Amino acid sequence: MQKFTTFTGIVAPLDRANVDTDAIIPKQFLKSIQRTGFGVNLFDEWRYLDMGEPGMDNSQRKINPAFILNQTPYQQASILLTRHNFGCGSSREHAPWALLDYGFKVIIAPGFADIFYNNCFKNGILPVVLESAIVDKLFDLVTQKTGYTLTINLQDKCILGENNDSIPFEIDEFRRHCLLAGLDEIGLSLEYSDEIKSYEQKQKLQTPWLFTDLMES
Amino acid sequence: MAKTLYDKLWNMHVVHDNNDGTALIYIDRHLVHEVTSPQAFEGLRLAKRKLWRVAANLAVADHNVPTTDRKNGIADPISQLQVDTLDKNCDEFGITEFKMGDIRQGIVHVVGPEEGATLPGMTVVCGDSHTSTHGALGALAFGIGTSEVEHALATQCLVLKKSRSMRINVVGKRATGVTAKDIILAIIGKIGTAGGTGYAIEFTGEAITALSIEGRMSLSNMAIEAGARAGIIAVDEKTIQYVKGRPYSPTGKIWEQAESFWNTLHSDADAVFDMEVEIDISTLTPQVTWGTSPEMVTSITGLVPDPEQEADDVKRGSIEKALEYMDLQPGMAISDIQPDVIFIGSCTNSRIEDLRSAAKYVQGKKIAETIELAIVVPGSGLVKQQAEKENLDKIFIEAGFEWREPGCSMCLAMNADKLRPGQRCASTSNRNFEGRQGQGGRTHLVSPVMAAAAAIHGHFVDITENIEA
Ligand code: SF4
Repeated sequence: MQKFTTFTGIVAPLDRANVDTDAIIPKQFLKSIQRTGFGVNLFDEWRYLDMGEPGMDNSQRKINPAFILNQTPYQQASILLTRHNFGCGSSREHAPWALLDYGFKVIIAPGFADIFYNNCFKNGILPVVLESAIVDKLFDLVTQKTGYTLTINLQDKCILGENNDSIPFEIDEFRRHCLLAGLDEIGLSLEYSDEIKSYEQKQKLQTPWLFTDLMES
Repeated sequence: MAKTLYDKLWNMHVVHDNNDGTALIYIDRHLVHEVTSPQAFEGLRLAKRKLWRVAANLAVADHNVPTTDRKNGIADPISQLQVDTLDKNCDEFGITEFKMGDIRQGIVHVVGPEEGATLPGMTVVCGDSHTSTHGALGALAFGIGTSEVEHALATQCLVLKKSRSMRINVVGKRATGVTAKDIILAIIGKIGTAGGTGYAIEFTGEAITALSIEGRMSLSNMAIEAGARAGIIAVDEKTIQYVKGRPYSPTGKIWEQAESFWNTLHSDADAVFDMEVEIDISTLTPQVTWGTSPEMVTSITGLVPDPEQEADDVKRGSIEKALEYMDLQPGMAISDIQPDVIFIGSCTNSRIEDLRSAAKYVQGKKIAETIELAIVVPGSGLVKQQAEKENLDKIFIEAGFEWREPGCSMCLAMNADKLRPGQRCASTSNRNFEGRQGQGGRTHLVSPVMAAAAAIHGHFVDITENIEA
């Protein structure tokens, strides 16, 4: 995973609450067995006027000019500003994959759905939770000046606006550490192999029914 | 110190405490399906990692499988490839899989409990948000993303942050015709789709005790729709009777040991929760969603809301967008809404009891002429078999329903079963998001008996008015 330290980018405002993962990447695209290539279908039903199917030539499709990501310069946006409960619904990791593949590295909202929030970190995306009132202010700034940029400093846990105002944000230390160092979580957990094994031995004696093997006889 | 059920389940699975609110938690059971697993297996291959405990995993294809004639495989080559990829991965890594054609194949959250593969006291994960379903058995069960699927396969553990705890105490007696589905929809209507974010919910109270295990599963299934990853319910005699005798349930001495342990799986009387919610269902009526989020729900006797009455700007905007998408007028009676399609199925409501309640309503009746399609999709091959033994299939077919093969089907429309743009569906599934059942499709979430009644009358009806007890 790529390391995340500081990052500057154009902020796209998506003024909707409860954006669900079906909206972020509709299910027909989940049939892919790859991790990449989802960006062109990010927000497919809002972004295009026709019905999207896997394998289409997306450059030939009719785009919806009213949708924010189809307006210049938001094709180049890398920070998404949105409303509460972003990423609710299905656990599909295709949602952060699609956001990342499109170019988003940071998502700012007053709140995220749990699974989505978690999935972002696994893919080097930083979800930033800010108070509603601050998100409202950012919406004002971003809608008043097209192409407004923000700088995210994960080291110092703050966001800088164009006027250099600093907004602090909170994040779990473990998650911050993993993002900063670009760590492989599986590798980290495997360092506890001995503890996992001794847990299994102990638990097998205490609660053997938890270890029923699901093998076909 | 007094402990909640969540505390107990958490504590017994801690492998390593990081002392910062996170811990390495052992996973007893991992369920795998075709949509969220291919990239995880690919990741394992790339890193040359093995499975930690092969026999802890159970796989089944459900999202992409066709529900009509399966003799010729899957018509859509991309769906076929995804199912083939699961078969190939399971064969290569040695994971037990119920393949298409196996009588045990079905929706992963129906199959797990049915097989005794998910049991009280377990930690259960699956790359699927509705894994919360298994919490109804007194298990700590929650959905994960694909990176965590890979993590669970490789380590049999996950690094988790402990959630806050919420108790939702449900009191009062259900009126006849009011189901677990109505209870959970009412709860979501009350606390909102983000109300449970960051929490593990425990459902308690006389109304929960009164539910069957199948009803409890419908309830826990939709905990995620209230934002909570887990929705757990204490073990009682019903749980133990449900689990007994299932293929992977323990037997003999180990059963006895398990049973006495399971009887401790409830919150201590004086346990303290971070949040308490109480809901009285004695006057609850059947629920119908009118919008594009499960919290947009009201009673069958209610009206479509008027956005003008909403003071909050963001909320008003959401209602306006939802009504436009759903093509509904403010103030319209819910009972005047006329679905075109009826879908009885999904991991919320495709178990035998659900099918029985719907069949009982439609018996001897015919679906309305305005209904374009009415399908019943059993949750698993075994549910289908049982239903056929009871002649439920004949009742449905007589009434004008189609009787299908098991799978997710029109719950999310990844297979051939989908709504056309503009079609309106009475659905027993769990999500009414835009496009969920097919692009431009409009979904109203209801209980199985409410869906059955809508099929017969051509519009939603208050079944409590004329239901025989
Ligand atoms: S039935 Fe629907 S909600 Fe349940 S697992 Fe399948 S797609 Fe998901």
